[in-house]
Amino acid sequence: MSGDWQRLDRRVVPVAALFMAGVAVLAGVPTTVGIADGERWGAALAWTLPGAALVIALGVAVEWLRLRTTRYRVGPDRVELHSGVLVRTRRSLQRDRIRTVDLTADPLLRVFGLVAVRIGTGEQAAEGTVALRGVPREAGDALRRTLLDRASATPTADGALAALDPRWIRYAPISFVAPALGVAAFGGVMQVADWFNRTEGVIGLAIDLLSGLPLLGAIAVLAVAGLVVGVVGALGLFVEMWWNYRLDREPGGTLRVRRGLFTTRSISIEEERLRGVDVVEPLGARLAGAARVDAVATGMTTKPEDAKSAHNTLLPAAPRAVAERVAADVLREPVSPIEAVHLAPHPVAARGRRLRWALAAVVVGELPLVVLGLLLTDVLLHIAWVTALVAVPVAVALAVDAYRSLGHGLVGDYLVTRSGSVRRSTVALQRRGVIGWTVRQSVFQRRAGLATVLATTAAGAGAYAIRDVGTGTGLDAAESAVPGLLAPFLEQQPVTAPA
Amino acid sequence: MTTGTADTAAPPSSTRLRPPRNAVDRRAIGWWTTNLLLLFAAPVVVLVVLGVLIAPARFWLVAPAVLIAAVGLVAVAALPRWWFRVHRWEVTDAAVYTRTGFFWQEWRVAPLSRIQTVDTRRGPLEQRFGLATVVVTTASAKGAVTIPGLDHALAADVAEQLTETTQATPGDAT
Repeated sequence: MSGDWQRLDRRVVPVAALFMAGVAVLAGVPTTVGIADGERWGAALAWTLPGAALVIALGVAVEWLRLRTTRYRVGPDRVELHSGVLVRTRRSLQRDRIRTVDLTADPLLRVFGLVAVRIGTGEQAAEGTVALRGVPREAGDALRRTLLDRASATPTADGALAALDPRWIRYAPISFVAPALGVAAFGGVMQVADWFNRTEGVIGLAIDLLSGLPLLGAIAVLAVAGLVVGVVGALGLFVEMWWNYRLDREPGGTLRVRRGLFTTRSISIEEERLRGVDVVEPLGARLAGAARVDAVATGMTTKPEDAKSAHNTLLPAAPRAVAERVAADVLREPVSPIEAVHLAPHPVAARGRRLRWALAAVVVGELPLVVLGLLLTDVLLHIAWVTALVAVPVAVALAVDAYRSLGHGLVGDYLVTRSGSVRRSTVALQRRGVIGWTVRQSVFQRRAGLATVLATTAAGAGAYAIRDVGTGTGLDAAESAVPGLLAPFLEQQPVTAPA
Repeated sequence: MTTGTADTAAPPSSTRLRPPRNAVDRRAIGWWTTNLLLLFAAPVVVLVVLGVLIAPARFWLVAPAVLIAAVGLVAVAALPRWWFRVHRWEVTDAAVYTRTGFFWQEWRVAPLSRIQTVDTRRGPLEQRFGLATVVVTTASAKGAVTIPGLDHALAADVAEQLTETTQATPGDAT
């Protein structure tokens, strides 16, 4: 890689033109239909076409300016980026601080053979990131190799750690994505109908179609329709996100995830900044015996949009045995610490807390129904007791399961802690990655002799909790995990007469 | 293979955290009291003024004001003294150790070797009371440890001492 100043690829301008054209069509069609009101098409087009042309022209102009004003240089010690039209910013990253080089290519960029490159130092602030949207694919790959390939102290076993098994798609429909997409689909239909002023028409059509059925039947048909749409959507989303998925270990000690059907992504994680793994089992996947593996690494972006695109996921939901093997391989351990560990259960008082939370949640949910039912109509009261009949056992089951999920333990170099029912998460955190402790205790926890012990770390979520552990046991575990750190602040409670 | 430390049948451990050695400055009570007074006074004043101006809605504006004022008075009378008793801090050669909160008590330990920056912060009210807050950040997104309500000269000393120790430690504290 030469040390000269370089520009983005000129093809970003047509990309921007096409993108703005898409925006213009999306915004322009409903507007035209709205203005035309079914007859005056000529007049409507006379308004919207120049508008669309203006939008496209503006987009192209801005992109051209961005192309002209952006330049970057990869020097021997630093990566520099000069950018900005009105406000010039100059950013300079030290090369030995660079921790991530991620490549993303959405369909538009791919058509033109471009990728977006994101170079990060792992600092939380935006100052630690250089984003180059629109460099040729080969140049992006070269950047990734140049910036991440440094002399590694340990000889590494390279090669594929995991690749997509098409059968994993069976775990996609049982995630929470499916019902969410189903509901979103109804919303989408109503939105489109609203653009064309056909809301009543669509509702009328639905009523006509379902008029032959009793109320419960109609509700069931709608629910099934929503579910089918949701399942199809979840399958589609899985294919788009995980197509061609591969997890590789590359020379220089880098883990690389490649995936995506339309938008391709390449995410690199330096092993040096890996502090552990998080084996996540959403309820549906857990019932089907599957688990997902997330990386716990420093310098991962913690922005919500990245969380949605599963930025730190090393393995999508896959059979548990595969997840355990990938976790072990990623950590370079013969056996995954999560499999090897003996998790100590937490005091029974923690179960009482979970049961009280669960029942309180049911009460809060039912309260409006009961109050309105008493004030207005008995129907609501009937709905309330019927739903309570279902909700109470579910809540109790989830609470008991959440209690059974609780546990912590030490194995080798790892502190392992597990919690959660709807989203059960088992974190194996390297003990050298623990950079402090936080102990929290509410008044209720104090009475029950419980505490929540959080290991703070530079990686991932910033802190991983041993929830509702017996106060003494939790502190002892923290002290054995990082010997010497907590010891000066611990004391033995004076022994009281046995109860 | 397994080296689990705690066992199912293990007797409950009697380990607990001892309180940090130092209390915060006594003037912190005045600072917290003023803070709470301002916090509660603002909605009360707004509601009362509106109540005086808008005669028809007077009851519905003044009643919440009285309620907020009552809660506020209890808080102002009790909370600062309470906080003064539980807020404690300590800096050893190896770590910063703090305790805060009553209803949700929180102990924090940050080893000096993992500290990234040390700042002192002085809001306008703190300046009036001659106080400062020491903010110790670590590489964790949840790791900032704050020691509020220190005499500002003491806070500057603590910050300086921490900064010197931290700079002497190599590595990027992750």
